[in-house]
Amino acid sequence: MQFARSLLLSAAVALCATAAHAQYSGGTVKIGVLNDMSSLYADIGGPGSVLAAQMAADDFTATHKDLKVEIVSADHQNKPDVGSAIARKWFDQDGVDAIADVPTSSVALAVADVVKEKNKVFLISGAATSDLTGKACTPNNVHWTYDTWMLAHGTGTAIVKQGGDTWFFLTSDYAFGHQLEADTSEVVKANGGKVLGAARHPLNTSDFSSFLLQAQASKAKVVGLANAGGDTINSIKQASEFGIVQGGQSLAGLLLFITDVHSLGLQTAHGLLFTTAWYWDLNDPSREWAKKFAAKHDGKYPTMGQAGVYAAVLHYLKAVSALKSDADGKAVVDEMKKLPTDDQLFGKGTVRVDGRVLHPAYLMEVKKPEESKSEWDLMKVRQTIPADQAFRPLSEGGCPLVKG
Amino acid sequence: MFALLGIPPQALFGQLLIGLINGSFYALLSLGLAVIFGLLNIINFAHGALYMMGAFFAWFLLQYLGLSYWWALILAPIGVGVVGVILERLFLKQLYKLDHLYGLLLTFGMALVIEGLFRNKYGSSGLPYQMPSALSGGRNLGFMFLPNYRAWVVLVSVSVCLLTWYVIERTKLGSYLRAATENPGLVQAFGVNVPRMITITYGFGVALAAFAGVLAAPIYQVSPQMGSNLIIVVFAVVVIGGMGSIMGSILTGFALGVIEGLTKVFYPEASNTAIFVIMAIVLLIKPTGLFGRAH
Amino acid sequence: MVDVTSNGSIAAPTTVVARHQYVAFAVMLALLVAAPFFVYPIFLMDALCFALFACAFNLLVGYAGLLSFGHAMFLGSAGYLSAHAAKVWGFPPELAIVTGTATAALLGLITGALAIRRQGIYFAMTTLALAQMIYFFCLEAKFTGGEDGIQRVPRGTLLGLFDLRDDLTLYWVVLAIFLFGFLLIYRTIHSPFGQVLKAIRENEPRAVSLGYKAEQYKLIAFVLSAALAGLAGSTKAIVFQLASLTDVNWPMSGEVVLMTLLGGLGTVFGPVAGAFIVVALENYLAQLGAWVTIVQGIIFIVCVLTFRRGVIGELGRLLKKSL
Repeated sequence: MQFARSLLLSAAVALCATAAHAQYSGGTVKIGVLNDMSSLYADIGGPGSVLAAQMAADDFTATHKDLKVEIVSADHQNKPDVGSAIARKWFDQDGVDAIADVPTSSVALAVADVVKEKNKVFLISGAATSDLTGKACTPNNVHWTYDTWMLAHGTGTAIVKQGGDTWFFLTSDYAFGHQLEADTSEVVKANGGKVLGAARHPLNTSDFSSFLLQAQASKAKVVGLANAGGDTINSIKQASEFGIVQGGQSLAGLLLFITDVHSLGLQTAHGLLFTTAWYWDLNDPSREWAKKFAAKHDGKYPTMGQAGVYAAVLHYLKAVSALKSDADGKAVVDEMKKLPTDDQLFGKGTVRVDGRVLHPAYLMEVKKPEESKSEWDLMKVRQTIPADQAFRPLSEGGCPLVKG
Repeated sequence: MFALLGIPPQALFGQLLIGLINGSFYALLSLGLAVIFGLLNIINFAHGALYMMGAFFAWFLLQYLGLSYWWALILAPIGVGVVGVILERLFLKQLYKLDHLYGLLLTFGMALVIEGLFRNKYGSSGLPYQMPSALSGGRNLGFMFLPNYRAWVVLVSVSVCLLTWYVIERTKLGSYLRAATENPGLVQAFGVNVPRMITITYGFGVALAAFAGVLAAPIYQVSPQMGSNLIIVVFAVVVIGGMGSIMGSILTGFALGVIEGLTKVFYPEASNTAIFVIMAIVLLIKPTGLFGRAH
Repeated sequence: MVDVTSNGSIAAPTTVVARHQYVAFAVMLALLVAAPFFVYPIFLMDALCFALFACAFNLLVGYAGLLSFGHAMFLGSAGYLSAHAAKVWGFPPELAIVTGTATAALLGLITGALAIRRQGIYFAMTTLALAQMIYFFCLEAKFTGGEDGIQRVPRGTLLGLFDLRDDLTLYWVVLAIFLFGFLLIYRTIHSPFGQVLKAIRENEPRAVSLGYKAEQYKLIAFVLSAALAGLAGSTKAIVFQLASLTDVNWPMSGEVVLMTLLGGLGTVFGPVAGAFIVVALENYLAQLGAWVTIVQGIIFIVCVLTFRRGVIGELGRLLKKSL
């Protein structure tokens, strides 16, 4: 149970650092990592994202000693009002220049408004809604890692092409779930498949037996899970119990993180197909980074959201350093769009005019228990989707920044 | 007729059976709450957190001591029951003379603390707990595939519910308990150690919650939130059944399971809310619940 | 019924305002007027909205003896209507707030009429059930935007004169609204109506035997409490430019109980203090992540076991005056 709330300031004396000669506002570049630290999505971002941001700051300042970077963090408890209040306070009172992470689409949308109003920078990693680079795009947003379009197209196309042409959805009755279902249905139909039905369950449902029964009765070849977090985990666990896969249907997790798979265990989750933006075992630089991360994070390996925070902060600092200023958010984001992205996790990529970062996506399959050689060796790559195909085409987004 | 409902009869029977199975689980989970309220007049908001502790206890046993599910069924209720007894002695005892409200607020606070501590330590995704191999798999009943574990859940729940009801309503120990809560002074004058009975009763209610937790571990993800997701449903069951009536909670648990199951078929988004609609209706027509006695 | 007698009873029933309460009010007013120059105004406005919410709740539980577990439904639904009015219908802020308040009052009338028939824990459970149904409605209704909520609510210009985008101007407006609500509650408590309400709380059968229609009095108190909670919610939606599901869900109902309990059930200034303390604590603790829940739980436990009179109640007992 979470409680909502906001901000207090104990600054008895407010001395604004408005010295016109300071290169960076307040003398430091301050980045705020805002996410769910205490409930449902704490494992996906949480304190791990703060660590990732700190690692990025340390790596960058090692080679750019003239820059001072400070990382702060707060818990938005998955509530848009809490998130926007924290963002406001950070900008008004605490001299924060950029906000990073914010998984939970509803909070991201609210925070994006505040960022735009105050002309700062929003480094989004882990929020799902593709509206952030579409209808709700702003000149201050940059969106890393995944979004609903990427997930739907990555997983949907691959599965339909393999023969999974009839689908039944288990959808979380939330705007995010609906969007994921809608995006995936569109892909299925565009590839010649059919959607046989959907069961929309309330958020935080423990028991999915009734919905799984409906899925079985529909005889769809694929049961798509348009939900996240505990709901996805419970759906998968109970799907295994009800013999969905043994009965000949396959399960498609539309949004899955390594921490979800880890908490399910390979016995239950093997064979699951899903799309991710990053996995630690893709290549040597990623492996090296992940081991460094895990050593500081209780042995837990990083999720794609946390990797996104690392890359985002690094690229932001690059832009700020190139401009020698962090005051004008839009200018910094424009610089981020000019410079190509390049980091050890996502490799080389670009930031599009609508704020979407283009990097490859990967179709993954969860390994069988006997295939896994270590605690976090959980999946293998089935297919790589190149960066220019992984994300929604520029013209289809409806972003006002896209001209012509 | 079935065609009008938009669902073939076979599928409907399957859903009804699922509803009954879930109902039996609700009945078991609500049983502990009903015992505690019925006999002690405490509205135990910590019930969900204690259920969660039962599931975690089972996980501990497996992870660190290698003790299987079958051991957990016995040890977890005892372990968590002891915790319950300690909580009762330390905190709840002081509130018996006051209004129900304070007991509710205290147990609400306890629930927050317990859940927060577990979340701090174990994160929110939860931990894996494997199905015991003797109960895995299932059989095809024709109209649906019934996992063996679910059949087991019904059997155990019904047995424990009936056993508890029998002990409380039909045995001498049970009558002592009931008397002790109706008129503690008089019963104490007869030489019965009333405070001890109350503590044991609370411990027993808590043990029932933990038992339900162990039952849930193989099918619901063992996570710190698992209790708070269910606590409201459990409350609704107890209120509708009649706060204080053991049989009322049991029967209502089953009934609500079935109604929820049907809602999941026809209007799944409302499956959580259907319970509240029923609660509102019952409270307006018969406030002491379907089987309740006035308190 | 709530055991209010342990809170430091209301001394002599009187319709004359006791002098020490004037002083207390003056102190509170002075603090609130000076505050925005030292403390972040957005935080203060948040606390003021919650203070009004808690005062409205306290009117019902502390003075009418009716514990509601569903008060969030008034806060939240008023917030939605106010946000929708300002954003989609283009109402100026004062009309948007009135719309929200009226919605809450209407909702209060309907739910109150249903719930008042029951007492004690059954009344509480009925309000909870009704609140969850309202939550479901808010979740499913298109206009509320689901978990995204209604965002980008314009703050607008008050009465065509005051641009509310300036945080300080908005603060004075919110303060005025809070004071209005607070004084209205105060007047109600110290009026003949308030006296009858207390009589009903203390001994309903006797009040009825004296000829008072208890049900009507309770319903009026309920509607008033709902309307003022709605006023708080509508104002909050304008301040934060956002209306979301958080405000209509049952943990929010629990939060107002915490604030009132911590501040002092049945005291005049208790809910205000409680609201400020809880909002401040949650902000300080936000950096601690999971510890917020734990600390809140500990506060509940400590308050219930040893601190039942709440902060203001204990203060009142020390000074031997009712606050």
